[in-house]
Amino acid sequence: MTDYSFFRFSYALFALFALCLNVQADINVNDDLILEEGFPEYLSEFGFFVDNKKQIPAKNVIPYELISSLFSDYTKKNRFVYVPESSRAKYKADTTYQFPLGSALVKTFYYIKNEQQKNSEKQLLETRLLLRKPDGWHAASYAWNDGQDEAKLKIAGTTINTSWIDRDGERRDVRYRVPNKNQCQECHEANKQIIPIGPKARNLNKNIFYPDSGKKINQLTYWLDNGIIDSYPKVLDRVVDWQDSTKNLNARARSYLAINCGHCHSPVGNAASSALYLEFTEKRSIHLGIKKKPVAAGRGSGNKLYSIAPGDPAESIMLYRMQSVDPGVMMPESGRSLIHKEGVNLIEEWILSL
Amino acid sequence: MNKACIFCCCLLLNNFVIAGIHYIDPGENIQERLQEAMILSKSGDTIQLNEGLYELTDGLSLAQSGVSIKGAGIDKTILDFTHQLSGAQGLLVTSDAVVLKDFSVINAKGDAIKIIGVDGIFIVNVKVEWTNGPATENGAYGLYPVQSKNVYIDGCIAIGASDAGIYVGQSENIIVKNNIAEYNVAGIEIENSYYADVHENSVSKNTGGILIFDLPDLPQQDGHHIRIFDNQISNNNTDNFAPLGNIVASVPRGTGILVMAGSDIEIFDNSIHKNDTINLAIVSYFQETDDENYHPHPRSIYIHDNKFSVSGSNPDSERNELARILENFSGDDMPDIFWDGVIPLSQIIFGQPEEEKVALGENTGALFMTIDPLKYLLPFIDPLNSNYDDFMTHRSSLRKIVIDIPFERLD
Repeated sequence: MTDYSFFRFSYALFALFALCLNVQADINVNDDLILEEGFPEYLSEFGFFVDNKKQIPAKNVIPYELISSLFSDYTKKNRFVYVPESSRAKYKADTTYQFPLGSALVKTFYYIKNEQQKNSEKQLLETRLLLRKPDGWHAASYAWNDGQDEAKLKIAGTTINTSWIDRDGERRDVRYRVPNKNQCQECHEANKQIIPIGPKARNLNKNIFYPDSGKKINQLTYWLDNGIIDSYPKVLDRVVDWQDSTKNLNARARSYLAINCGHCHSPVGNAASSALYLEFTEKRSIHLGIKKKPVAAGRGSGNKLYSIAPGDPAESIMLYRMQSVDPGVMMPESGRSLIHKEGVNLIEEWILSL
Repeated sequence: MNKACIFCCCLLLNNFVIAGIHYIDPGENIQERLQEAMILSKSGDTIQLNEGLYELTDGLSLAQSGVSIKGAGIDKTILDFTHQLSGAQGLLVTSDAVVLKDFSVINAKGDAIKIIGVDGIFIVNVKVEWTNGPATENGAYGLYPVQSKNVYIDGCIAIGASDAGIYVGQSENIIVKNNIAEYNVAGIEIENSYYADVHENSVSKNTGGILIFDLPDLPQQDGHHIRIFDNQISNNNTDNFAPLGNIVASVPRGTGILVMAGSDIEIFDNSIHKNDTINLAIVSYFQETDDENYHPHPRSIYIHDNKFSVSGSNPDSERNELARILENFSGDDMPDIFWDGVIPLSQIIFGQPEEEKVALGENTGALFMTIDPLKYLLPFIDPLNSNYDDFMTHRSSLRKIVIDIPFERLD
């Protein structure tokens, strides 16, 4: 009896293991679902992950990293790119890669519950999708359940009240906002079209570790070898990692502003009317905010006269708005509820140097 | 409307869609329900906000074209943002051909209703208010269409904005009529815009009543073709409460109409009274700028058939530069209409083209004053010119603004 039950148990275990292996080998991304109009209720329907909780990607779903990334309330992010077999994203010099029909950009936001602990538990918050459908890109977000094994579509966004222990051992409470569909669009919009922001060649040009090859490889090389992109230029600018203090201060600050602000603060973005343009390529000092008077900042001006008062961070509207969490003052307008201390320090140092 | 359906909605506290009408009631989970309706609505749909107080914690946004959002009336359907925790405005609209009608938005942390880059926005009988009265902490703008075309604002009320109650910026083809703007820094402001009719508005108790501005270093400049007529503009004597840095912080308390730069502006048939610094001022942009494409001097301003009385009886000269200049020049005899007389140097020397000059028609009770720039540069000569007849001339009127209004959706 005992022996028999043990046998049954081990058989069950074996079967489960086999099933897992099998599933892992067989799971393919549901291409039809990406192309269909609208979004399904659950994230798992797409088949982007073999293991949801562990965020193990399915076949052809490739993890990637950006050199400089947007601040989102100190969350960590897992990024994945999916391009259907037999098609490739085209290189574009000034924008992101031009992805083919049926592509997906997948980004999971999570907290490491205790940043002081190795192998700390994680809390998955949401997974944002950008899907390249026949009529263009579409954006939506899925919020993870308490069991962390499924994420549900949140078309109107939602709020997650949670906390984590930061790397200084301090407990941080956050009212984390999962953006609604319109908010996705507000940042991802240029000339009224939804577009990706991150995967520009110059922001991907770095080495990352690939489990399948067991070593660090340049992302662009890996993407080319694995059929994601058609090409990349031999000589390519590299965006500076704003966190890399060995790099030039101006480049770090511009890189930070580009990825955090430049999508709206561009002549084709949602903040075009402000005439404050913070893309990496902007060169006109007035439009970068230097001695620029506010246009419609309201109390966002904080009684200060210029976006950037050179050498005087305390009199600069830009810094004032980065240091605020008041919805009528703070910048960016959405996507954060906490102050990004490290970003504030960088911009403060930069303004002081001007 | 089907009362049974509304009854069901009340019972379920849920959204109810019949024939393209999304019935919404306030109450539990309203933030998500209302936002979801705005996202799921399709062109031609109406989001019907039933009577009640909608307590919202985050900004709302509409990105679907052709949608109408309608309430049960001003002060009946109230979107209350007093406890707003995120979002730079109460409601953001980024889609074309949207109708907003019959509701109130109160105490938004930033702007109340902002509209960016659309073709066709029709705001009718909507109230935006900061309920604690004028305060620097209030949001900047009440109704705020920017970079848009075909802007129609009719029968609205704007109270307490720390910048402008109704602000149309960098837009084109605009009608702002029959509105009430009170206790804002600027009642109505038309900035860097083309083709606007502003008429039959009641604009009182603001810092400045109606402002027509053209500012440098912006994507759209050379604001022109603006008609201001049949408005009641009086008692705009509230102390300026705009946060510094903003251009309206430089407006003196007690301003009726202020034109700063821009061209082809016609001001007629208005009733302009009891503005304590000046009933109507026309000035150049006075701050430094390196923008070579910018024209800082107002051109082709035509003022006729207005009724003026009691101007400048208590100018804001302690706090405000413009008021100080006015008072210094005019002494006790403050004008109704003031032009600063500043023109480009080339025009000081060679003269200003006739069609660019300030033109005065008949204006009841109007005292006029300007400063002659040439005389101003010379010593011992009084640069003031208060001779009305020197500027009296007739001009042809600007054409009326026409907007294709979807009346069938405004019932």
